[in-house]
Amino acid sequence: MPVVKAGVLALQGDFREHARAFADAGATPVEVRTPEELVGVDCLAIPGGESTTISKLARAYDLVEPIRERARAGMPILGTCAGMIVLAHEVIGGEPLLDLMDIAIRRNAYGRQVDSFEADLVVEGIDHPVRAVFIRAPIVERVGPAVRVLAEHEGHPVVLEQGNLVVASFHPELIGETALHGYLLRKV
Amino acid sequence: MERETGTFRVKSGLAEMLKGGVIMDVTTAEQAKIAEDAGACAVMALERVPADIRKEGGVARMADATKIEEIQKTVSIPVMAKARIGHFVEAQILQALGVDYVDESEVLTPADQEYHIDKWAFTVPFVCGARNLGEALRRIAEGAAMIRTKGEAGTGNVVEAVRHQRTMLREIAELTTLRPEQHVAQAKELGAPVDLVRQVAELGRLPVVNFAAGGIATPADAALMMQLGVDGVFVGSGIFKSDDPAPRARAIVEATTHFNDPDVLAKVSRGLGEAMHGLDIGEIGEENLLQTRGW
Repeated sequence: MPVVKAGVLALQGDFREHARAFADAGATPVEVRTPEELVGVDCLAIPGGESTTISKLARAYDLVEPIRERARAGMPILGTCAGMIVLAHEVIGGEPLLDLMDIAIRRNAYGRQVDSFEADLVVEGIDHPVRAVFIRAPIVERVGPAVRVLAEHEGHPVVLEQGNLVVASFHPELIGETALHGYLLRKV
Repeated sequence: MERETGTFRVKSGLAEMLKGGVIMDVTTAEQAKIAEDAGACAVMALERVPADIRKEGGVARMADATKIEEIQKTVSIPVMAKARIGHFVEAQILQALGVDYVDESEVLTPADQEYHIDKWAFTVPFVCGARNLGEALRRIAEGAAMIRTKGEAGTGNVVEAVRHQRTMLREIAELTTLRPEQHVAQAKELGAPVDLVRQVAELGRLPVVNFAAGGIATPADAALMMQLGVDGVFVGSGIFKSDDPAPRARAIVEATTHFNDPDVLAKVSRGLGEAMHGLDIGEIGEENLLQTRGW
């Protein structure tokens, strides 16, 4: 079986951690900063970072439509935190970027950095508890009918799936947790 | 399922999210808006930019609380603010205001000639400046969750940031060649705790995110520092002391992302107007250097 080329959107944020997680899960990571670099990848991670910065750079370098086209054609995408925000259909009080997943999301919804936290989570399909690091994390306020919730924390959905799209409002990549990356690779 | 706040992982985690980005010094809400619109990943609130502190002299302190709150209301990206070295009450106030990161900064007038802030005592994370590996590890030992080069702030001259980053790279590379029995002696040499020395020897890099700061004024400066291995850049006077801040801010953001692509760097470097005038380090005089504040 050929090795999967796992793209990581490398405009801003913790893209190196996503690349490492893909490598640990058996794929070959590829940094994506331009539409040309997107062409050869089999799947894509959109990292944590600042969603406003990532959105501006994605627009300036014409990545929005190419990512949407690939996603609609079935390319699996994993988004964490900012990556979840840019995949959302609705960003409350803001502009959506990729408008691919049927969720409404509120940015920085837990408060400021002093309210950032970590907690243990049970995630459907992962056989061990996941230590979830939430950093100025968003909250999902509405979930569409096609979206499946894989984990909740304090009543809020924090891991969700819609067909080829998987999102988390925390950062598995920060602690070397590769189960979600492995899950995404199995969709390729 | 309990929430745990203020852990080192949560503190250093925010710095991880800022990587590949540009953090811009701002003194007003209007400047903060310009920075956010240009794609800054965070802003640093302060009362005067370093170039003005250098020119006007006087005691440079934490920014006014009202100004910080105005900036927090205006932008959705993280808001950082500077506290004086050793001034733990300024840091307490900044934490109470809900700033996202405190920069214990040599750019402000030091409040303590002997001791830096005990940063473990805070929930808010701290970034600190360093000229070399030993200084970086001392700050991390005090609880800093992010490091930046000191450079020489307010000069528009990147030479000191380059020197500090090259020193850091050389000292880390040396450390990785040592045998385990040499680590304690090296810790003594560096003036840093041996557990952190061992950690760096194993990782081959600092255990926290390391940004460039102090003298970055152009897209080329930002890309230079990125190619020298920093995780992102702070730009102080370089933006709002230039002719036309908004396009320069945008160009520095793009140069930081595409730091390895000379075609993009050439494109974004066009038509930016005059950069800040800048200072040769030799003109400043030893006694006016900011980088020698702290230890």
